[in-house]
Amino acid sequence: MPLLRDGALVDDPWVTVDDGTQLPMDGPAIVSLERWQAHRDELLGRNAPLGIRLKSDQPPALIADDLDRFAVVALEFPVFRDGRAYSYARLLRERYGYRGEVRAVGEVLRDQFLFMLRCGFDALEVRDEKAVDQWREAVSEISVVYQPAADSQTPVWALRHRRSAAE
Amino acid sequence: MYRYDEYDQTLVDERVRQFRGQVARRLAGELTEDEFKPLRLMNGLYLQLHAYMLRVAIPYGLLSAVQMRKLAHIARRYDRGYGHFTTRQNIQYNWPKLEDTPDILAELASVEMHAIQTSGNSFRNTTTDQYAGVAADEIEDPRVYCEIIRQWSTLHPEFSFLPRKFKIAVTGAPNDRAAVRLHDIGLIMRRGDAGETGFEVIVGGGQGRTPFVGPTIREFLPKKHLLSYLEAIMRVYNQLGRRDNLFKARIKILVHEVGAEKITEMVEEEWRHIKDGALDLPKEEVERIRAHFAPPPYETLAAAQPAFEEKKRADGAFATWADTNVAAHKVPGYAIVNLSLKPVGGIPGDATADQMDAVADLAEHYSFGEIRVTHEQNLVLGDVRRTDLHALWRKLRDIGMATPNLGLISDIIACPGLDYCGLANARSIPVAQRISNRFADLKRQHDIGELKIKISGCINACGHHHVGHIGILGLDRKGEEYYQITLGGSADQDAAIGKIVGPAFSSEAVVDAVETVVNTYVELRQNGERFVDTYRRVGKEPFKERLYAAA
Repeated sequence: MPLLRDGALVDDPWVTVDDGTQLPMDGPAIVSLERWQAHRDELLGRNAPLGIRLKSDQPPALIADDLDRFAVVALEFPVFRDGRAYSYARLLRERYGYRGEVRAVGEVLRDQFLFMLRCGFDALEVRDEKAVDQWREAVSEISVVYQPAADSQTPVWALRHRRSAAE
Repeated sequence: MYRYDEYDQTLVDERVRQFRGQVARRLAGELTEDEFKPLRLMNGLYLQLHAYMLRVAIPYGLLSAVQMRKLAHIARRYDRGYGHFTTRQNIQYNWPKLEDTPDILAELASVEMHAIQTSGNSFRNTTTDQYAGVAADEIEDPRVYCEIIRQWSTLHPEFSFLPRKFKIAVTGAPNDRAAVRLHDIGLIMRRGDAGETGFEVIVGGGQGRTPFVGPTIREFLPKKHLLSYLEAIMRVYNQLGRRDNLFKARIKILVHEVGAEKITEMVEEEWRHIKDGALDLPKEEVERIRAHFAPPPYETLAAAQPAFEEKKRADGAFATWADTNVAAHKVPGYAIVNLSLKPVGGIPGDATADQMDAVADLAEHYSFGEIRVTHEQNLVLGDVRRTDLHALWRKLRDIGMATPNLGLISDIIACPGLDYCGLANARSIPVAQRISNRFADLKRQHDIGELKIKISGCINACGHHHVGHIGILGLDRKGEEYYQITLGGSADQDAAIGKIVGPAFSSEAVVDAVETVVNTYVELRQNGERFVDTYRRVGKEPFKERLYAAA
């Protein structure tokens, strides 16, 4: 899967390792929550960066105490309609102060990009390379935000009064 | 009323451009219908039985005359000359062409309107009391908070893919005219111990196939915490609401399955983390919004208006209308006027383009240029001088909107049903029309008194049948339309879900059945009881006996 970071396609150094598969000796690897819970010591003993992948019914509270062990948290969208991971991403950023990569995986479509960006995702596994152009459009077509989220955009209610304070 | 500033306007303009691009990609074949569907649904565009249907948001049911004229223009130019006002205080058009929809949205944007989130699994239009701001029994104008909620809930990045649609209603009055206990979230303005105002918070009411009257999860929420508390509820629901079964995805099912106490606990726990944070609106923003709802420049008038009383004495038809369709206003000498969209034999909620234009003119002439849409599918002019009532009534008669039937048996809520809707099992509109014709005699309607009939063409309950005093639900039995009758529902402060009275009736028999129910009530009522009072006293048995005696 192509990986989009900050609007550009980048080489993905990470390998997602299925539960039934042998873990590679080295190199960054993303594992499931189940594998993490069953083989924690073994995974921590590896001399390579570790990432974790959460299904949409696995909230980040399950790994809150271990977040500093992970360089990537990948959140699954099994279908685009399943919006649980938007909350998970905000919780990772705003509740747990997670600073590593929050990656959207699964059904990740153009019309979710802006919402994902606002909720704190910074990497997206996308369908194909057309996503670069789609990203550029998607994150620029709506410039007004009405609510605070995990991004740095200022909600209009603050802009309105910042302006009137300056006048 | 609220007016857009440059930010609000920018958003709707950008949204039009975005949707124009999406429609162009669809028409060019770059998007399949499957891919286009979630996009059009974020802009209120449904594909129905015969055509697309476009639902336009009317935030908390409030319209300016200018906006109403635009709605008329759209009906005339892009549709078949009429529109349909809905139970969500919105309007929908039944025959737009896909390629016209970007232009329609652009027309709407030119008068500060849009179709954002009138469909899809996100926040829908926040609704309120149609008498908000003018009701004599109101604690505080709820529209200020409706607008705050509207903005916060627009394109919310975290909650645009909820398990299911989400509806919020707010009322500022103890007499509930907004069915708040039948919403995903209902907010009732209350006074706290020190006399300050805040909200009672109700979660998990709703209709559909599993109706619930929502429980209160917080008796009093100070106003400054409104958005953080709503966000806490939403975050709990977004994570835990069921996504395995479309029919169990509304928050009411979550509340029912885990219990109101546990939900309260979870919401309060989430709220503990986010209260007193970025979601507390700055005071000056609340005041900015409040200023938009400042009272219009009322004249100082006497409460008693002898000329009005004289007209009533002189003209019985006017008196009947004034007693039925006019409500008390908080300002002396003014009145709230209900415009009935339920003429005898008519289609509930429909208005022609000409009627819309005429209402816009009347609003400008008599009511400071504002119109309200009610969830019972009527219109309201909120600020009419009592001395103008007679002249207004004559003009309303000319356009067919003076039927004196507010709250009576012919003031029916009906969903579009199988005449339009792809989900329906049976037609609703013709049943409403036949009942309306059967009880066309206004004297009889007034003798029967307050009686709310609500008709849905399927179990999704868009016609609110669960909370009709008499509810009618359309069923499909081997290709034939049948109608199940429920009794004793209510959407008011004494909200209740109606009970099924017995086996369903054929389309042919259902109007007779309604009449039997009504006649039974008339025989049984005591001391001026309303239908629903009699029902509560005697239960469903006497009605059931009469309905099924011959069988």
